[in-house]
Amino acid sequence: MTENQKIQASNIPTIGNRQIKLLEKLCNASAVSGDEQEVRNIVLEEIKPVADEIKVDALGNVLATKFGHGENRVRVMLAAHMDEIGFMIVKKHDDNLFQFERIGGIDERQLPGKAVLVGRDHLPGVIGAKPIHMTTADERKNKIPVDALRIDLGPEIGEKVKPGDRATFATRFKRFGPSIQAKALDDRFGVAILIELLKHAPENIDLLAAFTVQEEVGLRGARVAAYRFDPDMAIAVDSTPAYDLPHWDDEDQNVQYNTRLDAGPAIYVMDRATIADRRLVTLLSDAAQEEEIPYQFRQPGGGGTDAGVIHKTRAGIPSISVSVPSRYAHSAIGLARVDDWANTLRLLYAALVRVTPDLLAGERRG
Amino acid sequence: MIDLSELLNKMLTAPGLSGYESPIREILQEVWAPLTDELSVSKIGSLHGLKRGQGDAPRRKVMISAHMDAIGMMVTHIQDSFIRITEIGGIDHRILPGQPVIVHGREELPGVVVQPPGHLLPESVGDGPVEMKYLLVDVGLGPDELVKKVRVGDIVSYAQEPLELTGEALAGHTLDNRVSVAATTLCLEALQNRFHDWDVWAVASAQEEETLGGAFTSPFDIQPDIAIVIDVCFAKGPGASDWSSLPFGEGVGLGYGPNIHPALYDAFEKKAKELEIPYHRDLMPKMSGTDAMAVQIVAEGIPCAVIGIPLRYMHTPVETVSLKDIRRAGRLMAEFIADLKPDALAHINWEE
Amino acid sequence: MKSLIKQLVETPGPSGFEYEIRDVIREAIGDAADEVRVDALGSLIAKKGVKTEQGQRVMISAHIDEIGLMVTHVDDSGFLRFTNIGGVNPMTCYGGRVLFMDGTRGVIGMDSIERGKTPKLTDLFIDVGATSKEDCPVKVGDVCGFERPFIDLGKRMVAKSMDDRVAAAVAIEVLRRLESTPHEVHFVFSTQEEVGLRGATTAAYGVDPDLGFAIDVTRSGDTPRFSPKMATALGDGPAIKVRDSSFIADPRLVDWMIKAAEEAGLPYQLEVLEAGGTDGRAIQLTRGGVPAGCVSIACRYIHSPSEMVDSDDVENAVQLLVKLLSEPIVLK
Repeated sequence: MTENQKIQASNIPTIGNRQIKLLEKLCNASAVSGDEQEVRNIVLEEIKPVADEIKVDALGNVLATKFGHGENRVRVMLAAHMDEIGFMIVKKHDDNLFQFERIGGIDERQLPGKAVLVGRDHLPGVIGAKPIHMTTADERKNKIPVDALRIDLGPEIGEKVKPGDRATFATRFKRFGPSIQAKALDDRFGVAILIELLKHAPENIDLLAAFTVQEEVGLRGARVAAYRFDPDMAIAVDSTPAYDLPHWDDEDQNVQYNTRLDAGPAIYVMDRATIADRRLVTLLSDAAQEEEIPYQFRQPGGGGTDAGVIHKTRAGIPSISVSVPSRYAHSAIGLARVDDWANTLRLLYAALVRVTPDLLAGERRG
Repeated sequence: MIDLSELLNKMLTAPGLSGYESPIREILQEVWAPLTDELSVSKIGSLHGLKRGQGDAPRRKVMISAHMDAIGMMVTHIQDSFIRITEIGGIDHRILPGQPVIVHGREELPGVVVQPPGHLLPESVGDGPVEMKYLLVDVGLGPDELVKKVRVGDIVSYAQEPLELTGEALAGHTLDNRVSVAATTLCLEALQNRFHDWDVWAVASAQEEETLGGAFTSPFDIQPDIAIVIDVCFAKGPGASDWSSLPFGEGVGLGYGPNIHPALYDAFEKKAKELEIPYHRDLMPKMSGTDAMAVQIVAEGIPCAVIGIPLRYMHTPVETVSLKDIRRAGRLMAEFIADLKPDALAHINWEE
Repeated sequence: MKSLIKQLVETPGPSGFEYEIRDVIREAIGDAADEVRVDALGSLIAKKGVKTEQGQRVMISAHIDEIGLMVTHVDDSGFLRFTNIGGVNPMTCYGGRVLFMDGTRGVIGMDSIERGKTPKLTDLFIDVGATSKEDCPVKVGDVCGFERPFIDLGKRMVAKSMDDRVAAAVAIEVLRRLESTPHEVHFVFSTQEEVGLRGATTAAYGVDPDLGFAIDVTRSGDTPRFSPKMATALGDGPAIKVRDSSFIADPRLVDWMIKAAEEAGLPYQLEVLEAGGTDGRAIQLTRGGVPAGCVSIACRYIHSPSEMVDSDDVENAVQLLVKLLSEPIVLK
């Protein structure tokens, strides 16, 4: 990369008050897998003025295209999922309490004693627990099964809630110091980043932005989105856990942290669903080094992102994932750093402006 | 008029395990021929019946997907006079001991699933349930005869004859999912004398119980604009009483969850109310466990509805269903299809 | 063929990192194919023959990836923690030797664990002889395969990654021996099978075959106390797959293969595999569906560093495949 190819500082999308406000709105919206309407509406409102083409497809994905200029533009798909983990009300019991099922991977130990919001009207409810006075020591050795928990919306809820309604944790977005506390940072971070990139789309590529549905129940939206876009390459933009906590026994080092806060965007080499194309690993890590953006490699191993289905679409699509690290994903309150988010946005922009047809001209080598 | 009991009896006595659907497919080709304009078979064995709409071309396409394959067993090994088996689809090994079966070898051989006595099994089994790998099938042949007639990979099907119970209830094996194929047939029959704009593609899909193979592939070729997936769902009964089971014989299930397009759910609900067809919202918080899991994500994605016929004792040889619910499902689908206007797709959207 | 098999099994190529083994295979194919290309996931696709009137477009898939390890953490003393690529059995890891893609070698050690307990992957580490993090040549994300030389036991052969390099050898040999075919045959040397049939999925979409099958290894039920019972055995001939846990082979293909084997007087056995899947599934579910099956080579100790196959099975598989591809295909 020569000096004159370096990015002009004025073009780089940044995180300011407006972006933080938008993230707040996105996180506070409810969009449990299969019912992404609230987030979809926010996304559509934001991107309508900037995208060249917008389609909402059969599954509810928002597919937005921003065309670049010039010859031989690479078609780059970016995917961020709109859906979040949550609950579905499955039964109203005679005592006016509601039985529910989890949607997406939620540890049942995260449930008792939490506040929730039910349905499109965000009706407040609580998941209670038996008073400690009435439990035995033996009982407290076991997890409280989900079947035994109920959502309580008060005695006069009437017909305002019915089986099939979705619910989320009631957590409201908070910004404090370097950090953010919110629910659904997985993957509203990605959604917010895609919106900014559409607004600051590099001109050397065609940007194909997929705001996907049903990621948490099996990467379902991304599959059909990739089929429609049929891109030359793809990047899934997600949020991944930071388990950068101490080991219980301080003799022992934590060697399974996945990612760490403050270490910058997490570039994927391999998860259970994708082995990243090394050409794209290099693209991202080189861009980070050249632009002096901190980055980390996510520890190879478990988990999966939309890239897992995108790269297997049609005759194959070179793919990778980049995530904003965040702690306590899939629980009521996630915690992340504004800087990691901003650096992920910067890194993606820096990488996209470096995409040329030469990048994918040769054979995949790892 | 199609006699439903007669149709079911014909379909239930035919085998047609996943991957080996030709016996049931051949019966269906005969039944569907007079009801459709064109019949074809997909490259992996699903049956496609096209009944053209009367609207102006190009016409929209609605696909009905009902899987025709059955669960069963397969020969893994032959040991002396006995056959060892594995499952095709999901079978609870606890229902197998003493079960009459047919081994489809070089000829059809009636047999029985044998639970060997405890002293011939690992000590850990004790008097507990016996896993499938320890069960045997005896077809009454000696070792020399047996290897001539049976080989590894032969299929084994349930042999239980269908039984008519009181109150228009029917019991038997493979009601999952032949009852939905029957409902699809009733729907095609009902459409014979009705005007419908859209082309109707009736699909008896293959391999649902194993790979959803038919459901992944047929829509790729047909490219329907919307799909109705019909399958059995859980009816309340012993051990099945929670929210995921519907009352027996009291109406069809309308699937609700991520596999189902909410606008199609609403449209079916409206239609059921209008026709006074009893129905229940069948909650599918995550996946539906039906062909819709695949159909929905084929190519660019296909909006799906899921219709359920409540069934007791699923995947046993005595699955039980109410004929009333089969008729209701057939009628509901036919009325829905007849009511599809040329521009109906504009209403299958994500605007609320 | 033994020298080809030896060369193939001794070349590293964990899933996703098949570039070296791909080059070796490209070299081995030479001009035996009419056309060779590489797809987006790295599968090598060698085309041979022109589709005639009685011909079909046939895809044959042999995967060239193998199980391996990827580094997740380098500690201050230079020890490496790792995760698995594909189905790695921790029981066969301890004391094993590994070879990184850049040529670095290492051995696998283990934390002290309770006696009699089976180790988990997280109890194991790789030691490349580094004295600290600073002089460790390996980084997070680097990849290694197991290292074990090929041994020739006469009738039987042993090596790591017989799964599925023995099938790659069979495919190459078929490609060389196939003199004339009415079909357009695409020999796919597929990638990323061990992590979920990924290479065959995209290759099958690209090839768009009329019919296809995999060549892979299958478990051999002829070792002591094998459970659940399985009818396959080394030396009983190539195994014609009826089903495995990933798909049900098209019965028309099964019958076609049986008939061909019987006509040619070749030994064969029938295979029902209860744990394991193959590229056949990926082919079957492509586009509007494809009749698909699999020819297997019985193999003992799969996914250990010492996988054993029978050389007669290998030769007979080649002969069976050459026969299958030399004649028009009639499925009934």
